[in-house]
Amino acid sequence: MNHLRKLAIVALALGAFPLAAQGVGGALPALSTGNTAWVLVATALVMFMTMPALGMFYGGLVRKKNVLNILMQCFITLAVVSALWVAFGYSLAFSDSELIPGVLGDFKWSFLSGITPDALSPYFVSDPAGRIPHLLFAMFQCMFAVITPALIIGAFAERMKFSSFLAFTVAWLFLVYVPLAHMVWSTNGWLARLGVMDFAGGIVVHVNAGVAALVTALYIGRRNALKPFPPHNLPFTLIGSAMLWFGWFGFNAGSSLAADGLAASAFVATNTAAAVAAVVWALIDRLINGKATILGVATGAVAGLAAITPAAGFVNVGGAFLIGAASSVVCFFMVSFVKARLGYDDALDAFGCHGVGGLLGSLCTGLFADPAIWKAYGGGRAGLVYGNPRQFLVQLLACAVAVALAFAGTAIILKAIDVLHGVRVDSKVEAMGLDITQHEERAYTIIE
Amino acid sequence: MKMVVAIIQPYKLEEVKEALYAADVNLITVSEVLGHGRQGGVAEVYRGNKETGNLLRKIRLEIAVNEAFVEPTIKAIQSAARTGEVGDGKIFVYDLAEVVRIRTGERGGEAIG
Repeated sequence: MNHLRKLAIVALALGAFPLAAQGVGGALPALSTGNTAWVLVATALVMFMTMPALGMFYGGLVRKKNVLNILMQCFITLAVVSALWVAFGYSLAFSDSELIPGVLGDFKWSFLSGITPDALSPYFVSDPAGRIPHLLFAMFQCMFAVITPALIIGAFAERMKFSSFLAFTVAWLFLVYVPLAHMVWSTNGWLARLGVMDFAGGIVVHVNAGVAALVTALYIGRRNALKPFPPHNLPFTLIGSAMLWFGWFGFNAGSSLAADGLAASAFVATNTAAAVAAVVWALIDRLINGKATILGVATGAVAGLAAITPAAGFVNVGGAFLIGAASSVVCFFMVSFVKARLGYDDALDAFGCHGVGGLLGSLCTGLFADPAIWKAYGGGRAGLVYGNPRQFLVQLLACAVAVALAFAGTAIILKAIDVLHGVRVDSKVEAMGLDITQHEERAYTIIE
Repeated sequence: MKMVVAIIQPYKLEEVKEALYAADVNLITVSEVLGHGRQGGVAEVYRGNKETGNLLRKIRLEIAVNEAFVEPTIKAIQSAARTGEVGDGKIFVYDLAEVVRIRTGERGGEAIG
């Protein structure tokens, strides 16, 4: 317990918590049952985002011979990463002693050893006195570690060996996700100390996974389809998108780690950005393609949600409107024009929506962060338009670091797996579909 | 007039379509069917229980052609659908008694193309 308290106090003194407010009102930290109740629920909501939500969102977009493979990848990511997270991941990402200063923690909390049920989380955001259990913080972070590699699935859908996908996910978790989470979110992370603002993972989750998706799509190459094919089940995709929207309330509003006004503010920003983005995408669809489409609103909402993620706890409603609208405009341009022009096959637009949306939102946080939002929580969270140009530069730097790490880490991992085992299935397997070839099962029967 | 019916591997459909278009055969009907020839069925595994003897998914093409197009159609299908392995499928050709284009009432060879 002592080291946790000490950690909290040191961090307060430095004002260096990525998630932390400055100054504590004298009260000693104690467990808040209200905060704990909310974060327990929020953790379950974030779990729901990977499976079933993301699984359905992605699963509907592929051909019917590959839908089980997508659902399986999402499901097994939940299982594998959860186990690895409590084993080593949480400790390496968040421990207060470090193997590489500012970049990587150590093994002191392996298997969550030493974290007793009554231990309070050293991490807090808006409520320094009202803490949640340390175990709960570890689980909340677990669900973020689960969804991040799962997002990349969209890039290599329909053509990656299942075994290689598993190896990739494990390696990527430790070599890319864990260091970046430490840099941005841990007490000692060097980007955290610079004051980077990433409320719920625009940089750690979305830029990171999005860039990894782009690298994977480039490395593995285009699918063998001669012509574009329609998604096999758009109802799946739309329902998945709505479930992502639902789960995102846990993702963003849960990231205040407290049941308070900041959580409500993040909730408002999240819902507003998703709504505006969906409407704007529908308008663009109508103007450019003639009809408002189901796939359009589903994609728009997810782009808006990805973009608002880093900003959710920092921007006001006006900022949420701007970020939501901008995300649809930019992501539409990326997936409709840039992708076609450059010819990379980011199958389900993991880069085009999550990477680009996350990048946009992370930079917009540096522009539109409104100090009034944090006034009651210690203040000092202003973006460029509120007179703090330094914040924009910090955001820019953090995004550049995330892009560089994700780019290099992903490329090295893919190359290593390719040399040892091969990443892509052969063309006959690809033509037959991954469901029957990788899992010996089929999603649908035609005649029993 | 002939009716060409072909049973092919599902994953060969795209290539067969391309080959048919290249041979100027543009009017086809495609359906998803189950069946098997000498290849036998496929095994699927559910909760560890292997279910053998399941029928295989195949694609059936139906193409009505005038005499001059019969050989090009057969050649296009065979060249694109062939892998050399058991299960590549078959092509059946029957005489076609009559064709009527519903919109115009045209009959016979005129109605085909």
